[in-house]
Amino acid sequence: MADPFPFELVSPERLLLSEPALSVVVPGSEGEFEVLKNHAPFMATIKPGVVVVTLASGQAQRFFVRGGFADVNANGLTILAEQAIPVESLNAEDIASQIRDAEEDVTDARDDASKTAAATRLAQLKDVQAVLGH
Amino acid sequence: MPSLKELRNRIASVKATQKITKAMQMVAAAKLRRAQAAAEAARPYAERMGAVLANVAAGVAGQSDAPRLLAGTGANQTHLLIVCTAERGLCGAFNSSIARLAREHTLALQRQGKTVKILCVGKKGYDALRRLFQNEIIELIELRSVKQIGFANADAIARKVLSLYADGQFDVATIFYSKFRSVIQQIPTAQQLIPAQVPTNDNAAPTTAAIYEYEPDEATILEDLLPRNISVQILGALLENVASEMGAKMSAMDNATRNAGEMIKKYTLRYNRTRQAMITKELIEIISGAEAL
Repeated sequence: MADPFPFELVSPERLLLSEPALSVVVPGSEGEFEVLKNHAPFMATIKPGVVVVTLASGQAQRFFVRGGFADVNANGLTILAEQAIPVESLNAEDIASQIRDAEEDVTDARDDASKTAAATRLAQLKDVQAVLGH
Repeated sequence: MPSLKELRNRIASVKATQKITKAMQMVAAAKLRRAQAAAEAARPYAERMGAVLANVAAGVAGQSDAPRLLAGTGANQTHLLIVCTAERGLCGAFNSSIARLAREHTLALQRQGKTVKILCVGKKGYDALRRLFQNEIIELIELRSVKQIGFANADAIARKVLSLYADGQFDVATIFYSKFRSVIQQIPTAQQLIPAQVPTNDNAAPTTAAIYEYEPDEATILEDLLPRNISVQILGALLENVASEMGAKMSAMDNATRNAGEMIKKYTLRYNRTRQAMITKELIEIISGAEAL
């Protein structure tokens, strides 16, 4: 059995969760990764996706995050999310509207680089929609 | 000497005003509580962001290819002032003290021969600065229709600032807002946004920074982190501002209510005196009339 480590999930508006977790699965922009206790110091950007937190009590909580950073250091894991919503209180409309926004971004994009970025974002959001089964 | 009727009317009108100011004070108190909670809730993110930024920036500090948001453009000629004020008045010296700080700053910069551009957030600051700096003001962003200021609002402003920066429209950006200390104390503050001022945490940095692993690499993360840091700082400033505005409004309205109370007391005293004088006068007239018979 793994030992718990300090975990924090913060969005610009508030601190969503701050308590010890056994493991956290983070949707990193270059692939998902799981953080356990004594993970090496690590810093990654995250893509839109679902963070799965297993709390010290063994209970799992899921959050939808829309981009941001994950910072693992000696003090534990901190996720700085651009936006974070517990999956239970997330409705299909939220994701659908974000997908619409992303689609607009793709059509509005002026140069190739921003177009690629917007298209990647759209694809990631669609993945999330598929995972959550909305 | 005003007549009894005039005095009665005046008392009634001051009473009506007092009711309004009292109501405004209570609304401001309720909003202040919410604004304060919002400002406090936003603080952890800004703190963590600062810590992460300090860690990452330590790695690239001094390198010639450091991002422009961190290193600046190398020039110090054109300054952008982002002046955040309220949309409404009736909150004491809140708006004017921010405007004054911005004005002094602008004049000082102009004396040094720098070019100043002003971006107004909130209508009151725009009204105050428009007369003096008509040509310097480049845009007014109104937040009147926004009920609860969120990350999206701050992000929109940040995007505008960043696109101006990318176009080379300015070299240094400073944001003006009011820091909330307490209900009776708000401190107008100027804070530099670009180039980013990285908080230095000397005690922790050397040991942890060295063995960090990055995914993707440091430069990419920093490129993503810096613009977001600006959004976060703007959000913090806006939230502090709302709390300050409500605090200032609350104490201004409290003063107004107390003033109205004093005025009512004064007028009532005068009203009663005049009334008694009239009764006495009438009595004297009746008595002297009866004696004359």
